[in-house]
Amino acid sequence: MQKLLLLGDEAIAQGAIDAGLSGVYAYPGTPSTEITEYIQASKEAKERNIRSNWSANEKTAMESAIGMSYAGKKALVCMKHVGLNVAADAFVNAAITGANGGLVVLSADDPSMHSSQNEQDSRFYGKFAMIPVLEPSNQQEAYDMTRYAFTLSEKFGTPVLIRVTTRLAHSRAGVQRVEVLGQNDLHLPSNLKQFVLLPSIARKQYNQLLGKQARFEDDALTSGYNQLIEKDNHKLGIVACGLAYNYLIENFEDHQVPYPVLKVGQYPVPHDLVRKLYDQVEEILVLEDGYPLFEELLKGYLNNGKKIMGRLDGSIPMAGELNPNIVAHALGIPVNVGHQNPAVIQGRPPSLCDGCSHTDSFLALNEALSKFSSGRVFSDIGCYTLSALKPLESINSCVDMGASITMAIGAADAGLVPSVASIGDSTFTHSGMTGLLDAVNNNSPIVVVILDNSTTGMTGGQQSSALGKIDTICLGLGVHPDHIRVITPLRRNHEENVKVITEELNYQGVSVIIARRECIQTLGRRMKLKAMQKMESNN
Amino acid sequence: MKKDIILAGVGGQGILTIATVIGTAALMEGLQLKQAEVHGMSQRGGDVQSHLRLSSKPVASDLIPEGKADLVISVEPMESLRYINMMNKETGWLITSMNPFINMSNYPSLEELLAEIWNLPRNVTIDAEKVAKELGSVKAANIVVLGAASPYLEIKFDNLEKAIESIFAEKGNDVIQLNLKALRAGRELADKRG
Ligand SMILES: Cc1ncc(C[n+]2csc(CCOP(=O)(O)OP(=O)(O)O)c2C)c(N)n1
Repeated sequence: MQKLLLLGDEAIAQGAIDAGLSGVYAYPGTPSTEITEYIQASKEAKERNIRSNWSANEKTAMESAIGMSYAGKKALVCMKHVGLNVAADAFVNAAITGANGGLVVLSADDPSMHSSQNEQDSRFYGKFAMIPVLEPSNQQEAYDMTRYAFTLSEKFGTPVLIRVTTRLAHSRAGVQRVEVLGQNDLHLPSNLKQFVLLPSIARKQYNQLLGKQARFEDDALTSGYNQLIEKDNHKLGIVACGLAYNYLIENFEDHQVPYPVLKVGQYPVPHDLVRKLYDQVEEILVLEDGYPLFEELLKGYLNNGKKIMGRLDGSIPMAGELNPNIVAHALGIPVNVGHQNPAVIQGRPPSLCDGCSHTDSFLALNEALSKFSSGRVFSDIGCYTLSALKPLESINSCVDMGASITMAIGAADAGLVPSVASIGDSTFTHSGMTGLLDAVNNNSPIVVVILDNSTTGMTGGQQSSALGKIDTICLGLGVHPDHIRVITPLRRNHEENVKVITEELNYQGVSVIIARRECIQTLGRRMKLKAMQKMESNN
Repeated sequence: MKKDIILAGVGGQGILTIATVIGTAALMEGLQLKQAEVHGMSQRGGDVQSHLRLSSKPVASDLIPEGKADLVISVEPMESLRYINMMNKETGWLITSMNPFINMSNYPSLEELLAEIWNLPRNVTIDAEKVAKELGSVKAANIVVLGAASPYLEIKFDNLEKAIESIFAEKGNDVIQLNLKALRAGRELADKRG
């Protein structure tokens, strides 16, 4: 087979398809979105009937995947790193139930926060749940490891976590496929109580998980994904996790590093290999993208042993992703300097598109709120978060998905009346509905503006779980029908929209204003498609 | 052969298409490559860049080390300057369109930007939008820039043409022809000045 030029994300998707996947479950999130999109678009996946619809959020995705694993089939769950926070309850407990069909969890981290609110390191979740973690260093490994993750999961009856970062997820390289494996038949666990985590059963299951730890480590020694590359210069030893390995070898002629290197791709990292490296070198440098997880382990609390360099001692900055020059600095290798960037260059932050419905919604909201003191708008995550920036400067918070409504409740409880929540349609069904139920039960004096552009905009326009359902959801949650208002955010409706918002700001209970107008990006795409179809039918 | 290329522009200006054309042509020549792209937040009208690394040997890092890029190819003048720290000071070329994309209130004066660009030892600036418009659509400006950069790529011009034919195949013959013309027009501009 010819090599395919694939993004890291696409390599994972193809790897999963070729490993005999039956279902992918995911909620979009940069940099993980392209995995599910690739499977959705794949002809092979269609032929194999691989299910791939978007889930409402990462927790529902994780739980559905656990269900598929229970039924004996191979399931993949994908999310961005903060999605794993949402799915954490299911994730950590799945380590206790164990897996039946292969269960692989993929979490894509975003060091340097290219498109995220933090740079948390998912490897900690793997350690926390006490399951094997795989961390590919390139696109080929991303493909191979995904396949291997399913093998590992079924061999040990455990979920397996794959951790990638933005740089691999969104970088392309050639990938060689191998033969395609069959899908599993439906088969339930031999013990039908395995997934019943009553304390009496959970204790047994937990002991089983503890019992597997040594075998997880043995596997990490024999799988080939952790390698000690022996070299003669023992002044320094280097531990390079995942992508860090590439940044390391980039700095040496013909990629030949003179020092012994422990290349890490599978956790828990085998003690044997680490000891072998440690015993033969004078000092150790740890290179890992994300938090200093391995560095801290190696150093121990008191750092009584050899000198260990990395993020903790400042050899590498604590924050941000690695790159070849950061690694060069840590190694004392001189780096090239390019031209000086002239002062005339200005920042160009992302902004709402021309003609975006959110702009009109916030212009109306800004005006309606101008009679009140500022600082009342709790927002959420999506394109509309860009309204925090100039020229709109409309919102005062963005913490985690769903936090707008619930923060407004708390602020109103504290006396900030009216408090406003602004939340996108996809975010609303991701995590806003339960908060709205709280608000109704509390009779909180808040105005919830649901910015319904009928898509998941920020991540590129995926189908929103909320599509066509928001009004009835709000009614069902108990919002009074008189206070569910639908407006069309257009410049020409401005006066009318300000009036509606003002009326609801004056109401001492829960109001929902649904600002509904399709995202101009998805609208444009739909129109183009329509025109093309029309052209084809004319031909 | 080894070419490290930074592609620069604003989200939506088509730098990933340039990368795909070069990448496809590079594969035809049996080269290895890595191409780091920007997806997500910045695509909303923010600055975007892509690192494209071609080599006859395996490529290690997905990112080009600072000060080592052989080429900066940009579809926007201010964005071209944003990455000159990535360029090899001794040998690097900057190829950019001189058409500003202004979606911000504090966009600097074009004269100042061009002065900085012309100050660099090796640069090519072209009015890509004008050329593309004359050919029929301003959308092909990115491919005009690619044409202007083509003499510096060490990739056969035919292969770039073949890559365009295969990449735009789905979009029909008109789009293919437009982009082929854009590529050739960009190339002519570069040849004329050299
Ligand atoms: C827990 C979590 N999952 C996913 C994301 C990624 N994410 C950020 S915004 C967004 C889309 C929000 O869509 P919507 O609420 O409809 O707003 P729009 O962008 O369309 O305005 C997603 C998926 C995230 N930040 N956090």
